[in-house]
Amino acid sequence: MEGTGHAVCLGPDIDTDIIIAGRYLRTKDRSVWAEHVLEDLDPALAPRLRGAVIVAGRNMGCGSSREQAPVALKEAGVLAVIAPSFARIFFRNAINVGLPVIECDGVPCTAGEPVAFSLDEGWVKAGGVRYNARPLSVRMQEILDAGGLVNYWRAKE
Amino acid sequence: MTTLSERILGACAGEYVDRLVDRAFAHDGTGVLALEAFREMGRTVPAFPERISIFFDHLAPANNSQTATLQAELRDFAIECGLHFSDVGEGICHQLMSEGRALPGEIVVGADSHSCTAGAFGAFATGVGATDMAAIWAGGSTWFRVPETTAIQLEGSLTGAAEAKDLALTYVGRLGMDGATYRALEFTGEGASAIAMEGRLTLTNMAIEAGAKTGLFYADNITRRYLAEYGHDVTMQVPRDPDYAQEMVINLDDIVPVLSIPHRVDTIADVTDYEGTPLDQVFVGTCTNGRYSDIERFAALIRGKKVKTRTIVVPASRDVLLRAGRTGVLTDLIEAGCIVGPPGCGPCLGMHMGVLGEGEVALSTANRNFRNRMGVGAEYYLGSVATAAASALAGGICAPEVP
Ligand code: SF4
Repeated sequence: MEGTGHAVCLGPDIDTDIIIAGRYLRTKDRSVWAEHVLEDLDPALAPRLRGAVIVAGRNMGCGSSREQAPVALKEAGVLAVIAPSFARIFFRNAINVGLPVIECDGVPCTAGEPVAFSLDEGWVKAGGVRYNARPLSVRMQEILDAGGLVNYWRAKE
Repeated sequence: MTTLSERILGACAGEYVDRLVDRAFAHDGTGVLALEAFREMGRTVPAFPERISIFFDHLAPANNSQTATLQAELRDFAIECGLHFSDVGEGICHQLMSEGRALPGEIVVGADSHSCTAGAFGAFATGVGATDMAAIWAGGSTWFRVPETTAIQLEGSLTGAAEAKDLALTYVGRLGMDGATYRALEFTGEGASAIAMEGRLTLTNMAIEAGAKTGLFYADNITRRYLAEYGHDVTMQVPRDPDYAQEMVINLDDIVPVLSIPHRVDTIADVTDYEGTPLDQVFVGTCTNGRYSDIERFAALIRGKKVKTRTIVVPASRDVLLRAGRTGVLTDLIEAGCIVGPPGCGPCLGMHMGVLGEGEVALSTANRNFRNRMGVGAEYYLGSVATAAASALAGGICAPEVP
């Protein structure tokens, strides 16, 4: 899996409450989550996420187990999320819903600039420099390749 | 030698394993999505229905008809499939799991981040998201990366007004919000064996706030006695000289009443530093501090007096509420001016009754204080039950008196 998108920069310790607030969870309508994603951080951010690669600080996605957080990012059009470290439930959830998450140290972030990634080859490129990503486990790679855990299960049947 | 996580998962730290799950649970928040994913997987009936629980606690009773409709669908599924089902008013999933539903040595997986709570019984208990839960319903198992372990070595004993909650906030503060990411925490040492079951549950509950996969206590005599009340006869667990990736020593004699300051759970300060901060609301409850012993302690501290700010008390389960009724604790709370809510999560996640208004300031006995969680534009501090009682009586943040 490869891609290039414009960078959206986020700080460290972005929690799942700030990604999608509890008040928007009373629905199964994914477009509601996409519309309100990261609203409490910056209400103007959601429309800028289409085709974006998020470059976040450490401990991305900490807090609650709400899967609506990675779903909201994916629905809003985020291509991948890059961070030096992720909270583990968010990391698992993102893979399960088919949102590429890439653990990679030292990636600089300039808003709007292109960021490229290759999960197959394990790198991220930003500002003309290539950074090595930590590989996914074999199982996680398989789930992501299938497009998420639901498809992975359907293929197994 | 092996850590408790390695023993329960039967493999060494760093290995990936597939394991059957002994107990799996979801709540009305995550269960709705899990059910959707389960059906998308082409499934209709879970593989091991007897191992699965559904708890309605997050929006209980439903706050509007949209919620009620989503709950009805999940309720029908749970009843039709013969799952263990706990309807609105029964209480918080983690509390109900700790009322005899999780046992030492088991693998317990919940679709909620605080599922690590059941580690207090010597179980490997951890949280996942909705689709992982759907896959567990479908096949009964899931994959784990066996975690490295950070030992929290406890020495001495808690003194003065300090509670297990103050210890929980202190260790999260020392580790930081991601200080234990991908790891398990093991609470060990002489100090650990002296902590009552309720306090252990508070400590393991907050493991996720430091990013940990789970927090564990070894099952000992306290565990045996506690679980015997629910009809279980359990085998004790003895540490086998485990290899820890990291060790942190905490002397319990040094623990004092502390607060977590808005909006990071790992920003910890002495209560005395914030004394006098006016409060619009005090909230006592949640899976961290809504147990009977918490409510009883709170009531004992305010008995015969009047609270000076809006004070909401939400028992963690029907059993807690029932006991509070029988012992007169409920009357004490109501006479002192508290509002008592139905068992469940209450205002903890800002979706329901007791939500804060813009600019309001609260003190809560919960486990996380992310910005806007309990109300948009509000601020809230986390503290112990004793700090909540002193503050409710003062109408502002106030350090508890040494009993
Ligand atoms: S009480 Fe709060 S932290 Fe605990 S399960 Fe409910 S919402 Fe989550």
